[in-house]
Amino acid sequence: MTGPLTGAVATGETFDCRVAFAEELCALARADERVVAVCNDSVGSSNLGGFAAEFPDRLINVGIAEQDMVGVAAGLAGGGFVPFVCGAAPFLTGRALEQIKADLAYSNVHAVLCGMSPGMAYGALGPTHHSIEDLAWLRAIAGLTVVVPADPVQTRGALRWALGHRGPVYLRIGRHKVPAVTPPGRDFLVGRADTLVEGDDVTIVAAGTLVSRAVEAAALLSGSGVRARVLNMATVKPLDEAALFAAATHTHGIVTAEEATVHGGLGAAVAEFVVQHAPVPMRLLGVPGVFAPTGDTDFLLEHFGLTARGIATAALGLADARRA
Amino acid sequence: MLQVDREELGRWRALRRLVETADPPTRAAALRAAADRSRTVVIRTIRTAGMGHVGGDLSVIDILTCLYAAVLRVDPERAGWPDRDRFILSKGHCAAALYTTLAHSGFFPPAALSTFMAPLSPLNGHPDRNKVPGVETNTGPLGHGLPVGVGAAIAGRLAGSSRRVYVVLGDGELQEGSNWEAAMAAGHRDLDNLTAVVDRNRLQQGARTEATNRLEPLAGKWRSFGWQVSEVDGHDHLALLAAFAEPGAGRPRCVIANTVKGKGVSFMEDRVEWHHKVPSAEQAEAALLELAP
Repeated sequence: MTGPLTGAVATGETFDCRVAFAEELCALARADERVVAVCNDSVGSSNLGGFAAEFPDRLINVGIAEQDMVGVAAGLAGGGFVPFVCGAAPFLTGRALEQIKADLAYSNVHAVLCGMSPGMAYGALGPTHHSIEDLAWLRAIAGLTVVVPADPVQTRGALRWALGHRGPVYLRIGRHKVPAVTPPGRDFLVGRADTLVEGDDVTIVAAGTLVSRAVEAAALLSGSGVRARVLNMATVKPLDEAALFAAATHTHGIVTAEEATVHGGLGAAVAEFVVQHAPVPMRLLGVPGVFAPTGDTDFLLEHFGLTARGIATAALGLADARRA
Repeated sequence: MLQVDREELGRWRALRRLVETADPPTRAAALRAAADRSRTVVIRTIRTAGMGHVGGDLSVIDILTCLYAAVLRVDPERAGWPDRDRFILSKGHCAAALYTTLAHSGFFPPAALSTFMAPLSPLNGHPDRNKVPGVETNTGPLGHGLPVGVGAAIAGRLAGSSRRVYVVLGDGELQEGSNWEAAMAAGHRDLDNLTAVVDRNRLQQGARTEATNRLEPLAGKWRSFGWQVSEVDGHDHLALLAAFAEPGAGRPRCVIANTVKGKGVSFMEDRVEWHHKVPSAEQAEAALLELAP
């Protein structure tokens, strides 16, 4: 048996990724006149105030009309612009899903969907405003790249990459504050997992808000004698299959952690790969196929075990099962 | 990849010159001949494929013929020319009519139409911009074309370009709410570089539009959204051209083209079952005889 979880959980400065998003989008717009922003009355919630002031003609606010918003983006893309489509993630993805599929992905146009405040960032506003299905929905659409940046550095890197990608992209832009997790000097590389902690006992694969918690979980686990590898899988699609294959063959189990439903998101994507290429025990952490109760974001993450301790406990279970 | 057809391109350019310069009766006769040629090709295409939406193809073909022969500034030799006018067929199920019109404009050889909906053909049952030159966006699910057209019109304005955007909509698809989101946005922005054409054939897949989910007063709806509206006989080429040439009023334009589903084939006209029924060999022969006696 491994020992109890005794490691300390680090605390420090945390960031709303929308700040980095807004600064980077303005920087891109200054350097490239093709950059336009399209939004659904979400100038405030998408943090586009600065963009609106600096580029009033290049902010296209279509009003509360998500289907139109995504179609308009397709038209702009066909007219020589690169639209960054900004709206609350639940409405952008749920309301305009068919437009995302047909007008952007199937048509294969260069447009960047920026799903703001994803997961359970809207907390007590409730499940209507939670976006926990987006990864499952969008991952199923061919040709669409799905990126969940974990911190401000990744948010900026993902935006810069998306401007050069020439295809449709979905970015999750978090509002719930997160610590910086990306080591200094490390670039965002699409489709490449970032190994944040080395370890050979178990692997934790996380994205977005859960990455810092996964790092903390590794610290807790080390106190119990378990060396956990932590992969920041910011690109949910396409997955870094090489990193997953290595994790599945060099460590003894994989825990996935995401602020999304476990049905069809990151964990499911990892499982689809692992079960076919290198089967290994897995635990999928996320929202377990229910609508969340009332509560703020931290409460809900705690409620669903999406904490350092919850991740560590799941990883410990895999490690213990192996040793038993 | 589909390549330009030089013979058709030459024929199309001659038609454009004729329509531009000839007197009205000559112009009308030339457009009538071009539309009827397309009708026969649509019948043959659907007959060969064993699939298609013949009723709507025949109702929209005169609109498409007029747009391509006299209105759209496009160049089949440079299908991606940045300043081209944008044409969007929102009623994507009438792909056979669009493909025929594009082929007759030289975008690709008419021979390719024999592969319509066949395995691995670029000519899918609904248009694919990545496979067919001249197609701007992949339509098929209804209510998608107008929002994309609004974006294209905003792009034209932002780019300082004089290019125009034309979107052809089915009347049944106006029951999709996304059209009205887009109509509202176009009206709000006074997008005078945008023209919507409604193929008002009054039938949808299962029944009459007015019996299914009433559209009337349709002109009033568009006007109330801030559009300049004209109503014409959608099979009268000169009337269509006049509507397209109407002086702008600083607003988006809607041309309600009153049409007959199945137009040109007596036993298909205004019959709901010909939405996507495929003619038998005998019916196809009878239809072709009516179109080219």
